[in-house]
Amino acid sequence: MPAKSNQSGINKRLDDMTSEEYKKLSKPYVPGRPVFKNCIRAFLIGGLICVIGQGIQSGFMSVFGMNSKEAASPTVALLILISVILTSLGVYDKIAQWAGAGSAVPVTGFANSMCSAALEHRSEGLVLGVGGNMFKLAGSVIVFGTVAAFLVGIVYALLGLGGSH
Amino acid sequence: MKKLGSQTWQFTTRPVILGSSAVVGPEEGEGPLASDFDFIFDSLEMGEKTWEKAERALFMKASVMALENAGLDEEKLEYFVGGDLMNQIISSSFAARKLGVPYLGVFGACSTSMESLAIAAMIVDSGGGKYALAGTASHNCTVEKQFRYPTEYGSQKPPTSQYTVTGSGCAVVGQNDGTAKGPYIVFATLGKIMDLGLKDPLNMGAAMAPAAADTILSHFRDTGLSPGHYDLIVTGDLATVGLPIAKKLLADEGIPMEETTFNDCGLLIYDLDKQKYTIAGGSGCGCSAVVTYGHILKRMKKGELKRVLIVATGALLSPLSYQQGESIPCVAHAIALESGGEGA
Repeated sequence: MPAKSNQSGINKRLDDMTSEEYKKLSKPYVPGRPVFKNCIRAFLIGGLICVIGQGIQSGFMSVFGMNSKEAASPTVALLILISVILTSLGVYDKIAQWAGAGSAVPVTGFANSMCSAALEHRSEGLVLGVGGNMFKLAGSVIVFGTVAAFLVGIVYALLGLGGSH
Repeated sequence: MKKLGSQTWQFTTRPVILGSSAVVGPEEGEGPLASDFDFIFDSLEMGEKTWEKAERALFMKASVMALENAGLDEEKLEYFVGGDLMNQIISSSFAARKLGVPYLGVFGACSTSMESLAIAAMIVDSGGGKYALAGTASHNCTVEKQFRYPTEYGSQKPPTSQYTVTGSGCAVVGQNDGTAKGPYIVFATLGKIMDLGLKDPLNMGAAMAPAAADTILSHFRDTGLSPGHYDLIVTGDLATVGLPIAKKLLADEGIPMEETTFNDCGLLIYDLDKQKYTIAGGSGCGCSAVVTYGHILKRMKKGELKRVLIVATGALLSPLSYQQGESIPCVAHAIALESGGEGA
């Protein structure tokens, strides 16, 4: 690659190269994540999942005569079920490679993280395998979700805003 | 055996690769080298219940086929040198149960293919035995499970990440009694650890490039040869990111790599345009093993290649080490092969 050979401007011998120099030398060769493209895709797929969710909720409301609050829980359950089925069929990870955060952030991504871990570690048994590993990825979401909620709760209490449901 | 310079063994008796095998999974079977592989499994499960058992099945199939291709009875085999990427190298140790011969387990991550071949050649060359089997295996799903995320987990991989090859390659190394036609194992240049501070486990090509360049440099320094001596020089699994960096490093050292064809097993094994999921190319123990023992040895037999230098590269990280913020130590081991017809 003669065109690239002087891009970094470093021509040092390998034996004397420091890690900073190597980082500088290798940088032009390392493609970055396509952030803008990823944002667009995340917006499209994330939005699509939400639209599907809204459709399901509206369906529950019109078919079963639920109000929006009553329809919320079965909607989430159905989205989780769809995600688990797609994960089990080996499709969800392929969607995710295209969609990035778009399929990771919604509740379907959370379901995928638990289902994939449970499937993967089934070979180590129900207790040590499935039970012990199911929250391997989802665990930190729960921990930091709870911590964040606690901190926000304290801020609310200090400001005298009180909690509300 | 003679030591040249500081890192190279010259095998004076020129041990022979009597036979070899390359057994792969379905994705490698869709790649451009499919016709060079001895056996292609049509599913990743390989009829087994766990990924780990599938990897072992791959390894066992390859070891049996290598012995068959070498025309060697299993009872005549004297040593098995093998390794893989699993914790405590379980795949090769479990495959070794069946072989019933003295076993040396080695770990060099993706450089294991040439590390094990160097040791097997040393055993045979030093008169320690007549026949030794060297081999390694990797499975895409076992590696994903151990080093990254569950196989079905939806995480987006960056453009630098590589796809672990599902495959196993084995070679039977035999004493050179003058009747075998080669290919002969001529040199082994053992690499030293190179760690230039890169930490991203999803960019191993860039981390391993200095190790490959260093071993190639050492090989030419120790042997006094130049790249033009070889018809082909391949690195193990530097892929689209690492190979250009290795070329740049070698160009800066004044090594005229343009005298030869310089390529990478991780780029050869997949059709990167069609097999988009491989992203930057192949990696894993199986990568350099199946490309060498399948593709390259077949080309040598056909007479298309006479002298080849294979530089298998390994990133010696563990999930624990990168989570603790450590950089990635890398190593590369080179083996020079020569087809028959001259010298002995």
